[in-house]
Amino acid sequence: MSRPRVDSAGSLGPDDEVMPYSDDETDDELAVSSEGEPEELPGAVQPPLETKPSEMAWKVKASDRPYHQLPEFQKKVFLCIKKSRYSGNAIKTYKYNVLTFIPLNLYEQFKRVANLYFLALLILQIIPDITTLPWYTTLIPLVVVLGITAIKDLVDDLARHRMDKEINNRKTEVLLDGRFQESKWRNLQVGDVVRLKKNDFIPADILLLSSSNPNSLCYVETAELDGETNLKFKFGLRVTDEKLQEERQLAEFDALIECEEPNNRLDKFTGTMLWQRETYPLDLDNMLLRGCTIRNTEESHGLVIFAGADTKIMRNGGKTRFKRTKIDELMNYMVYTIFALLVLVAAGLAIGHTFWYEEIGSKAWYLFDGKNQDASRRGFLTFWGYIIVLNTMVPISLYVSVEVIRLGQSKFINWDLQMYFSEKDTPAKARTTTLNEQLGQIEYIFSDKTGTLTQNIMEFKKCTISGRNYGSPTTAEGVTLDRGRPVDWSWNREADRKFQFMDHSLVAVVRSRKDKDASEFFKLLSLCHTVMVEHNDDGALVYQAASPDEGALVTAARNFGYVFLSRTQDTITIREMEQEATYEMLALLDFNSDRKRMSIILRFPDGRIRLYCKGADTVIYERLSPNSRHKEATQTALDVFANETLRTLCLCYKDISRDEYEAWSRIHKEAQVAKRDRDAALDRAYEQIEGNLLLIGATAIEDKLQDGVPETIAKLAKADIKIWVLTGDKKETAENIGFACSLLTDDMQIHYGEDVNEKLTIRQATRRNAPSTFLRSKKKHPEPFFTESGKNALVITGGWLNEILYEKKKKRRRLRLRRLGKRAPPANPQDGQPNNDLEKEMRQIDFVDMACECEAVICCRVTPKQKANVVSLVKKYKKAVTLSIGDGANDVNMIKTADIGVGISGQEGMQAVMSSDYAFAQFRYLQRLLLVHGRWSYIRMCKFLRFFFFKNFAFTLVHFWFSFFSGYSAQVAYEDWFITLYNLFYSSLPVLLVGLLDQDVNDKLSLKFPKLYLPGQQGSLFNYRNFFISLFHGIFVSLVIFFIPYGAFLQTMGQDGEAPSDYQSFAVVTASSLTFTVNLQISLDTSYWTFVNCFAVLGSIALYFGIMFDIHSAGIHVIFPSYFTFTGVASNALRQPYLWLTIILTVGISLLPVICIQFLHKTIWPSVGDKVQRHRKKYEMEMAQEEKKKPSAFQRGQRSRRSAYAFSHSRGYADLISSGRSIRRRPTARAGPQDSIREFPQREAENI
Amino acid sequence: MVKQEKEFVNRPDNTAFTQQRLPAWQPMLSAGIIIPGFVLIGLAFIGIGVALFVTSQSIQVLEVDYTGVEQSSPCFKCSDPDVKNCVCKMEFNIDSLFKGPVFFYYGLSNYFQNYRGYGVSKDPNQLSGDLDSFKVPSDSCAPYEYVGKTPIVPCGSVANSMFNDSFKLYQIVSGAKIQVTLDGKGIAWWTDYNVKYRNPSVTPLKNAFNGTVKPTFWSKPAYELDPTDPANNGFINQDFLVWMRRAALPNFRKLYRRITEGDYAKGLPAGNYSLEIAYNYPVLSFDGRKKVVLSNVSWMGGKNEFLGIAYLVIGSMCVVMSIVMLIVYAKFKFPEEE
Repeated sequence: MSRPRVDSAGSLGPDDEVMPYSDDETDDELAVSSEGEPEELPGAVQPPLETKPSEMAWKVKASDRPYHQLPEFQKKVFLCIKKSRYSGNAIKTYKYNVLTFIPLNLYEQFKRVANLYFLALLILQIIPDITTLPWYTTLIPLVVVLGITAIKDLVDDLARHRMDKEINNRKTEVLLDGRFQESKWRNLQVGDVVRLKKNDFIPADILLLSSSNPNSLCYVETAELDGETNLKFKFGLRVTDEKLQEERQLAEFDALIECEEPNNRLDKFTGTMLWQRETYPLDLDNMLLRGCTIRNTEESHGLVIFAGADTKIMRNGGKTRFKRTKIDELMNYMVYTIFALLVLVAAGLAIGHTFWYEEIGSKAWYLFDGKNQDASRRGFLTFWGYIIVLNTMVPISLYVSVEVIRLGQSKFINWDLQMYFSEKDTPAKARTTTLNEQLGQIEYIFSDKTGTLTQNIMEFKKCTISGRNYGSPTTAEGVTLDRGRPVDWSWNREADRKFQFMDHSLVAVVRSRKDKDASEFFKLLSLCHTVMVEHNDDGALVYQAASPDEGALVTAARNFGYVFLSRTQDTITIREMEQEATYEMLALLDFNSDRKRMSIILRFPDGRIRLYCKGADTVIYERLSPNSRHKEATQTALDVFANETLRTLCLCYKDISRDEYEAWSRIHKEAQVAKRDRDAALDRAYEQIEGNLLLIGATAIEDKLQDGVPETIAKLAKADIKIWVLTGDKKETAENIGFACSLLTDDMQIHYGEDVNEKLTIRQATRRNAPSTFLRSKKKHPEPFFTESGKNALVITGGWLNEILYEKKKKRRRLRLRRLGKRAPPANPQDGQPNNDLEKEMRQIDFVDMACECEAVICCRVTPKQKANVVSLVKKYKKAVTLSIGDGANDVNMIKTADIGVGISGQEGMQAVMSSDYAFAQFRYLQRLLLVHGRWSYIRMCKFLRFFFFKNFAFTLVHFWFSFFSGYSAQVAYEDWFITLYNLFYSSLPVLLVGLLDQDVNDKLSLKFPKLYLPGQQGSLFNYRNFFISLFHGIFVSLVIFFIPYGAFLQTMGQDGEAPSDYQSFAVVTASSLTFTVNLQISLDTSYWTFVNCFAVLGSIALYFGIMFDIHSAGIHVIFPSYFTFTGVASNALRQPYLWLTIILTVGISLLPVICIQFLHKTIWPSVGDKVQRHRKKYEMEMAQEEKKKPSAFQRGQRSRRSAYAFSHSRGYADLISSGRSIRRRPTARAGPQDSIREFPQREAENI
Repeated sequence: MVKQEKEFVNRPDNTAFTQQRLPAWQPMLSAGIIIPGFVLIGLAFIGIGVALFVTSQSIQVLEVDYTGVEQSSPCFKCSDPDVKNCVCKMEFNIDSLFKGPVFFYYGLSNYFQNYRGYGVSKDPNQLSGDLDSFKVPSDSCAPYEYVGKTPIVPCGSVANSMFNDSFKLYQIVSGAKIQVTLDGKGIAWWTDYNVKYRNPSVTPLKNAFNGTVKPTFWSKPAYELDPTDPANNGFINQDFLVWMRRAALPNFRKLYRRITEGDYAKGLPAGNYSLEIAYNYPVLSFDGRKKVVLSNVSWMGGKNEFLGIAYLVIGSMCVVMSIVMLIVYAKFKFPEEE
């Protein structure tokens, strides 16, 4: 049934069940490597680790503010101004204040090359020998551009100011002058004793001293820190718990804490407390970290250790990596290309001038300018003159326009109702406004599982009891329905109303109490678990479970009338159908990943001893008694459940005689006190008693997928986007979910770590043996790994990942090597270690190639760091655009590493969202984000850039052609004012609107035809080819715009014979032709004509004429005779029909060939988009009809049979329960010293 | 789903704009539009081209080059820069009636009035009659800013290099010379004469020029440019205005006079003519050419075949391309339908 799989226990390979070592851990143990070898993959996010002093350098004295101002704690800030090294608790995220805004903002802006370039131009223009254009041609656009950016920065900063203020003014209670007083967060200082109430945010990193709960236990929700929603326990030291309960006692508290310096490690804290001449060790379990929330704890007291900027959350956040899009990079290269072109052209023209001056200019007496300069010097000056004249080739408003467009597109994302999740009132949010078009180019998606693909909600869906299946919609009489209504739980006052169950027959069976097995089934569920119970304010029961699975099972039992009420260290009280019963718990055989089961041994009130056990079917079936009934029926049911991708558990019991129990009890006790290998000894003991079990049935829990996940994945797959799931979950769970969300299908060949490793090793060996072909194959496209036809999938665990990528033991090896003093080559190249870095790199390339051949890749049991590594591997070797999506703190690394990070918001955790670029509430919105917004943004941006470059080339190069007829004298072809305003008013608005609003096809068609997404991935809408097309288009148009008027002006005279072909009329004709051409060209390129576009195009042309007639008017000349010298030109020139005919011809020749070529291209080589566009109407009608029909909802589990049982569960709270820490009441806790049981549940990184 | 209003505080607005559903026209450049469009545009262009071409053909132009490069030319003796106040005569004849009104142009070639340094060499304030700029001309006028310490008015290269040949036209009727009246009024733009250039409001005009000196190249000061008409002096002298309006290209013509009065208003009858040139302007040093052009004009201005031909070519190309597109479309249309 299940596929052969690497047996984790027996094999030499990595253990599939455990998380690999934490890389971060070893980083600390090792100083910086002297070998200079890269510590990790380049590109992977290296969290900025603080340098770690060997001793505890951070000293905090309780309730002693002056202590922290002592000179020894001062650090130099600026020259001789010293400041305490302890930060205050006020946080500051804003950048500017009233005074610094202008200088700082200008400084920031001039860090941009483009702005600096225009500043340099401005300076050039001031030099009288060089200047060819008046200063205002550059200054006005520059001021506008700087102004827009400054306004945007100002708005952003004001928002930050508001945020800071809100947080800094939160209230908390601080112990001052012997009593607790309310104080603002900003006034909190290191060493202060604070009192926190239930549901308070923790204001700083605080050492927990005592709380109102027994044993100073304090529940915190760490969601903002790590995204995990289940509560964590923190506890105070025994000594402080006992002695620091009252305000009076706290006021006298004067301990000295010595601990590590502030750092960003959320999982580590070491320190000591010196109090009353004794030292006590401190660790992370004593710490309440800023960003968490106090839950279920009435009151707790703590001592501020790190405040404000020193807190772990603040150290963690902040430094966001600056991400750029591919287009950004391309755009920069193109700007450099234009610079180069500019220099070349200017140099060419300068040389031209040199020769011209030699030949003609020096002889022309009328050009005598009194300067005694030779031709080459004039050429040199002309060079700079042309740099100024042609500077508009580099579009000054490019960057600011791009920013405006991106901002608008981000707003559209924020505004999208179809990405708004009404249940949690969460709209989508574009947190960065610089990456939108990259959304249209995604090739790989890396997704977290829990909370992203799944809701992290477990639902008790189905069960099988003594061979009979329950769970489908059924009436109480047992008639199966197509659509039922949920069971009404009103008969049970303890029931959890949120629990839904469709099978009324099961309720009837249980309530009738006729079926003994059914009663036993739910009794088991209510007894055999490690859930802890609490009462909330209204007295209702609240269960705290280590895993949501367990919570779901206990809740199901509760609703069916078997209510778990309370537990003590050795008893469990339940209410069985209105009857309370207390069972004595003799032993709790907790779950672990090897055992895959948990058992509980109970003494019934009537003295019977019974063992209840629940566990994975594979382990349970091995241990069933031969006379256990319903084995086959249950097996069939299990298969059915598994096909529906439900997670199953088998339930069974066994009666134990008193003698048998006592015999086993002795063994158990021995194992409990074993000195060595206690865990193994315990496992052996458990094994002895868990045999001969009798099967009751099985449960099926649904790990609820987020809505629309399979459809989204299918759609994205059609758009050639590959989805990799990276999760900390177990292999089985991950695989199960892979099937559930149709990422994995039955026709796929699944490859596991061992298989992959073997293939890669073979490849490596072949390469090693054939070194001559190796170099060639590096360039050549590698031959595929999977020769057989059919789909492949990769399921790989973190352990194998390290093995495969040679990450394992790297650090330790290097340490060893360094001790040896030199680097010894490994004796045997087959031992799994690389010969050299090149080999390692080749191995990584091989792995990436192989993984990319697969339809689906699932990496399970991976650490956050490995997630990031996988992402950066693909980024590095595939040069692909990657997107990571996740919801928890463990995804932060990968979210930051990927080109685009998406956070699932609306959940409790904020860490992922805080470090993400886009955030929304549901995974399914991803398809809209990519296929609609991403695609549109990409198309718009590309269209915008192509046109923007074109219009500036067409504009600027006219000067170039004119220079051949003006003695290369840097004479401009247009009026200065036209040059000043062209980019601002006459040509920008229509193209800006295209960048904001254009749609080739609407959103529905974009989603219906995922293939439309492909051009973005290939980057085919904007690349060097398109750039050169724009360049040639620009050259062509500039040629037309110069030479048609040239021909027309060559020998003619006006209608009335007046001054016929003067320079100023010529300038007006070229400028008018240009304005018409660019505005009509953008009209042709606009595929989505709204009234705004229409307004912009007509407005630009109208504005051109309006401004021109004003500038050429008599009035303005009278006021500024030297700035407006084109008086009367517009009216004189434009009343001549001849010049209008010239303009019409120029515009016609500029546009017609382009239309013709575009038409032919679209007819001969139509793209998918063209086809869809052409049949747009037809498709839209089809869609409208389909919508009327309402397609049937996607059914979960409609796939063919498949067997892979998931058993997901994590280690429970058994230790906590047996230690009794949370259960004993306070008086007993106070009575005397208890066993110091410091052991605490080992929670996995992700609770499943 | 009945929820309270306040729960949806973050709900985005449902408007056509925010949801990107603005009503829009999505034009497709389909064959049905483009091919007939090209035909129509082509035909229209051909029509305009024919009209332009025919009009251009009907315009009469007569050019007389009087640079005097060839030894045979009557003006050869005057082309020597050392000869001052030289007058030469060019004879030409007209075969048929030269329809009036006839315009009399002078033309210069290889003359870079569009040279940047030349073009900026003037003082717009001074030329608009600002007396302060009479005393202190703009730096842009250098090197024609001062003579010694006396400011030049009008300053700058453009003014300094003003064309100073003058012409007289005679018809030779049986040996007798009848002077053709040349009208110099209104040859400059109305805006130049009335708005852009203004004399200082000082009477007599001469006083305004006290303490200034005429441009070095000029033979007489600005206020004495036209002794016959006191209103045609200073900065609003018509010839000066025509000169100051810079030509776009290095070969240019400028209007000198109109023949609109007297016997010749209807045109120049066939016959022999003599052009008397006061040859002052040196052009040979930079290989320039000087000529006189007689032309009449039409609704589209002077004779220029370029535009008509260009229209004809583009129009026919449009028609040709529309046929090509039709063929291509017919060939590629069918596979698409799948």
